[in-house]
Amino acid sequence: MPILESKLDVRTEEFQKNRTDMLEMLATLDELYIEAEAGGGEEAMERLRSRGKMPIRERIGLVLDNDSPFLEISPLAAWRSNYNVGSGFVVGIGVISATECVILGHDPSVRAGAFNQFNSKKLMRGLEIARDNRMPYVQFVESAGADLRGQGGGGDPEQAIRREGGHFGESGRLFYEITELSKMRIPTISVVFGASTAGGAYQPGMSDYNIFIKGQSKVFLGGPPLVKMATGEDADEESLGGADMHTTISGLGDYLADDELDGIRMCREVVAHLNWRKQGPGPTMPADEPLYDPEELLGIVCEDLRVPFDMREVIARVVDGSRFEEFKPLYGPTLICGWASVHGFPVGILGNNGALFSESSEKAAQFIQLCNQIDVPLLFLHNITGYIVGTDFEQGGITKNGSKMINAVANSTVPHITIIVGASYGAGNYGMSGRAFGTRFTFIWPTAKIAVMGPKQMAGVMSIVQRKAAQRRGLEFDEAANDERAAIAEYWAEERSKGLFATSRVSDDGMIDPRETRTVIAIALSACHNNVVVGTKEFGTWRM
Amino acid sequence: MANVTIKPITRLLIANRGEIARRIIRTAHEMGIGTVAVYADGDATAPFVREADTAIALGGSTSAETYLDVDKVIDACRRSGADAVHPGYGFLSENTAFADAVITAGMRWVGPSPEAISQMGDKLSAKKLMQDVGVPTLAALPIADGEDITAKAQEIGYPVLVKASAGGGGRGMRVVETEAELSDAVDSARREAKAAFGDDRLFLERWLTSSRHIEIQILGDNHGNLVHLFERECSIQRRHQKIIEEAPSPAVDAELRERLGEAALLAARSIGYSSAGTVEFLVDGNDFWFLEVNTRLQVEHPVTEEITGLDLVREQLRIAEGEALGYTQADLSFAGHAIEARIYAEDPNNDFLPSPGKLVAWEPADITLARFDSGVETGSEIGIEFDPMMAKVIVKAPTRREAASRLARVLEGLRIQGVTNNRDFLVATLRSPEFIAGDTTTDFIERVAPSRVRIISSDELDEALIAIVIQSQAHRRSAARVLSTVQSGWRNSKMPPEVTRFRSAQIINGEEGSEETKDIVVAYRALRDGTFEVHVDDREHSVAVFGVDAYGADIEIDRRRMSFALTAVGDDWFVHGPRGDVTVRELPRFPVRGADDFQGGLVAPMPGNVLTTHVNEGDTVEQGQLLLILEAMKMEHRITAPVAGMVTKLLVAEGDQVANGEMLIVLEEVSQTGEGD
Repeated sequence: MPILESKLDVRTEEFQKNRTDMLEMLATLDELYIEAEAGGGEEAMERLRSRGKMPIRERIGLVLDNDSPFLEISPLAAWRSNYNVGSGFVVGIGVISATECVILGHDPSVRAGAFNQFNSKKLMRGLEIARDNRMPYVQFVESAGADLRGQGGGGDPEQAIRREGGHFGESGRLFYEITELSKMRIPTISVVFGASTAGGAYQPGMSDYNIFIKGQSKVFLGGPPLVKMATGEDADEESLGGADMHTTISGLGDYLADDELDGIRMCREVVAHLNWRKQGPGPTMPADEPLYDPEELLGIVCEDLRVPFDMREVIARVVDGSRFEEFKPLYGPTLICGWASVHGFPVGILGNNGALFSESSEKAAQFIQLCNQIDVPLLFLHNITGYIVGTDFEQGGITKNGSKMINAVANSTVPHITIIVGASYGAGNYGMSGRAFGTRFTFIWPTAKIAVMGPKQMAGVMSIVQRKAAQRRGLEFDEAANDERAAIAEYWAEERSKGLFATSRVSDDGMIDPRETRTVIAIALSACHNNVVVGTKEFGTWRM
Repeated sequence: MANVTIKPITRLLIANRGEIARRIIRTAHEMGIGTVAVYADGDATAPFVREADTAIALGGSTSAETYLDVDKVIDACRRSGADAVHPGYGFLSENTAFADAVITAGMRWVGPSPEAISQMGDKLSAKKLMQDVGVPTLAALPIADGEDITAKAQEIGYPVLVKASAGGGGRGMRVVETEAELSDAVDSARREAKAAFGDDRLFLERWLTSSRHIEIQILGDNHGNLVHLFERECSIQRRHQKIIEEAPSPAVDAELRERLGEAALLAARSIGYSSAGTVEFLVDGNDFWFLEVNTRLQVEHPVTEEITGLDLVREQLRIAEGEALGYTQADLSFAGHAIEARIYAEDPNNDFLPSPGKLVAWEPADITLARFDSGVETGSEIGIEFDPMMAKVIVKAPTRREAASRLARVLEGLRIQGVTNNRDFLVATLRSPEFIAGDTTTDFIERVAPSRVRIISSDELDEALIAIVIQSQAHRRSAARVLSTVQSGWRNSKMPPEVTRFRSAQIINGEEGSEETKDIVVAYRALRDGTFEVHVDDREHSVAVFGVDAYGADIEIDRRRMSFALTAVGDDWFVHGPRGDVTVRELPRFPVRGADDFQGGLVAPMPGNVLTTHVNEGDTVEQGQLLLILEAMKMEHRITAPVAGMVTKLLVAEGDQVANGEMLIVLEEVSQTGEGD
């Protein structure tokens, strides 16, 4: 396989500046990770430990095989919100007893593990990863239940009600999905570290294996006050739902652990007996390091996404041995297509080197079909401002040809992994297998921007539309007000398009250090290989 | 004897085992002589069995069933077609009946005549012989059953030595300081002598508390030629057994050497001695007293070989073939200084009691700097049936000081793990100012008290633990069934570091006196550049990895490059680093439940047989009271009450075989406040 030749000059001022900017962003990221790790803060952690309990990250660290990797999903969820960074919840892919699992759990130091919209979304994402990739599902259960602040507790109740976009009536999908996993022959394991009450009781209730911890697990539909109110019975927590009771009398608990460490040990033993066999072929190619230093990934992309860069420079620092066999290099050159491998897993790569034109869209559709023909997963590397616009291009069938690409992407059945390196605007995001296109994993670089269009374009478009509306009504157009509106709109669009905001809203699986791209892709691909890796010949009707 | 004809030996049977069997095989092969080994069941995989041309199983496990069974050994000679027998040392080497049987069977006996053996074999008659030819001896009196031992001991004066008439190697030997200890000492010496030599005759001898043990190597042929090969000093002893020997002696000048040599030759001549032998003396200043003659090759013969350039086994074989020495006393000289250290599987911290086990690693380092006469190799099992000596390490240097220094270095570099041993004690002895000054007497160990264990620095322990975690993680990564090529412990967010816990019983500098074990937490994290950040407790280290394989790690710790050999057996880690051996136990990641130590139980300190029990269930015992006697490796070990209390359970009976660590007795401590109202 040909080896990519790098033309990157690391001595240029441009590279050095990009690198400095990137390191600055990574430093910010690092601070946020530290904040997420701190959970509910020192005092809450102390309180936890004094009760013989461990923080969630320690629990997860202990259940993992020593020295095996752990890929946390959406670690910065809820940044710039009313909740803790990370949303008091950890979900990730890790190796337990040589088996890749989805592992998740509440952080008991953060509001006693209360649910909020961010960590609920993370939990559902965890279930989705387990289902799509056929991975055993391990949940560390300890939750006080719903965070009532999110239910309008406090503040102006009218405003709170107006803000409310959801309703209890649509909740509970989580229980459905746990049992669905079981039906799909994907084992589900609960280790109950603390309270799991009322609706929460169904978390272990729906699991295949339940490990309860002496003196800690509390699983009941109604606690002592509710029981008192409902039936007048005076009941204590241990007899209502203690670990001893459930493992000796009710049978809800399968294993009785002495303490947290013991429970984690039992969890490892349960996974060990699952007889887990991955259904994908696993890595089949040499897994040698790239020839070019991944450190150089720091200086390739400029924060100002208008500055172009060659996506091949990224590929050369991500794939095994920097080997890349490019497909149709002379046709539709704004989209690079070709074959490579990452940690031995073969992939077909689609990377943007400019806007999508008719030729590049058709090339993409063909390439995606070829990868489906040979069961090779797809890796999308985004730096896309969108499909080209303009009279000539519309007349040349850009919408028609772009649709072919989207048809191919939507119906492709090989796993898709998406890395948003730079821009990911508009339909370009869809065509490049954005989050909504059933992509197995989506990760973003700190330089990523995701939006319907560029913030400046958006503000400008809005001005033009409003100016036209004013003209139609014969009103005078207030230029000063327009400028102010445009500035606000641009600020909003800019802030909301930033990668960090996107990742905080759990619209991807997390922001990554560019240098770790190769490892992240490898873990994602390996996760995908738990399920079958099979392409399709069936696509929607091609608009010819 | 002048008409002795030369009759070459073609096939030599070695009626011995371990290092001496290998050593004899080596010289025999050098001389073109074929070899036959004989072996007990437990030695079936020993190096000497493989190295001999052929080997014959004697069938049986104990000495008595094998190497001491004259009929079996003679039968092995016949079956193998051997035409000569070398008995080595110990076992049947000084057994007249065996020598006779060999000769009667028409084979050559590599050793002195049966007559010479029998004349010298009995220590008391040997003494008498020496007195007759004018060699000074120490007062000695035989003791028989029913005699008034107390009176005899008084006659000689305390301290008095109880000694086995047929003895050797410190077996059946007891120093008695006071009359109160006499009767016990005699009983146990008698039992030990019976077990070791099949002869329980004892005598009492005057005991010189502080003197030097100096011996003269003699060599005679069957043509009437007799020479001595100068002296060896073997004063460094524990349990009356030599552990460091040297030649020449720092306390012997030319004049004393002359006198000692003359006395030795006088003795040898009087019995018409041939082959190699040793005349032992106690020396105090310029005075010396005859102790005994060993009518065989000595364990410590290599130091003489090193300074004289002679191969004593070759000389023995030549003599047995009928050759004349070919040199006279005047032709002999010596050069340089040689020291030998004996490495035993024993516990210096437990009164040098044998400590059997499996050798996890035996790897001599500086093989060009020393001679290793070893009976073991990695994987050897040191059992309870035989002497626990594993090897002798011998160096020769221009001066004594250099020899001591070189030997200490070679011993430190030797990787010897899996069995408790005396190496560190030997090193401490060799490095002690007293030893270097030549101030060596038989009470050296009590007087100088060299450190019995190696005291390591906390850095050294850190380094060993780092080497372990680095190798462990590399091993786990390469063995991983999924994601094995991904960086060790990779994380994209902040997670706790990898943690491994260890328990160390190693004595650390600044924490001497503490026999307590210590738990250490090692937390580490791989960094993107492939280096590791390692915290050992609260000490931070930066580690770069140059190479890791199944046997060790080549790493740089805080910019200091070093290599480690590593072996894990179960949870135990045996690390050999640049500064020596370190052993630690890795604690399980998840604690084993209900593994709390059994309180109040006394366990066997080593595998062995229960010789006698002295208490019954329900007995109340005083602190220090004898509870039972274990016999292991032909030595007795007394199990005494660590505290006053009541025997609630006696779990063994006389004759039982017990394993190391097996529960023997359960003792309930008598409550201090429980008595009286």
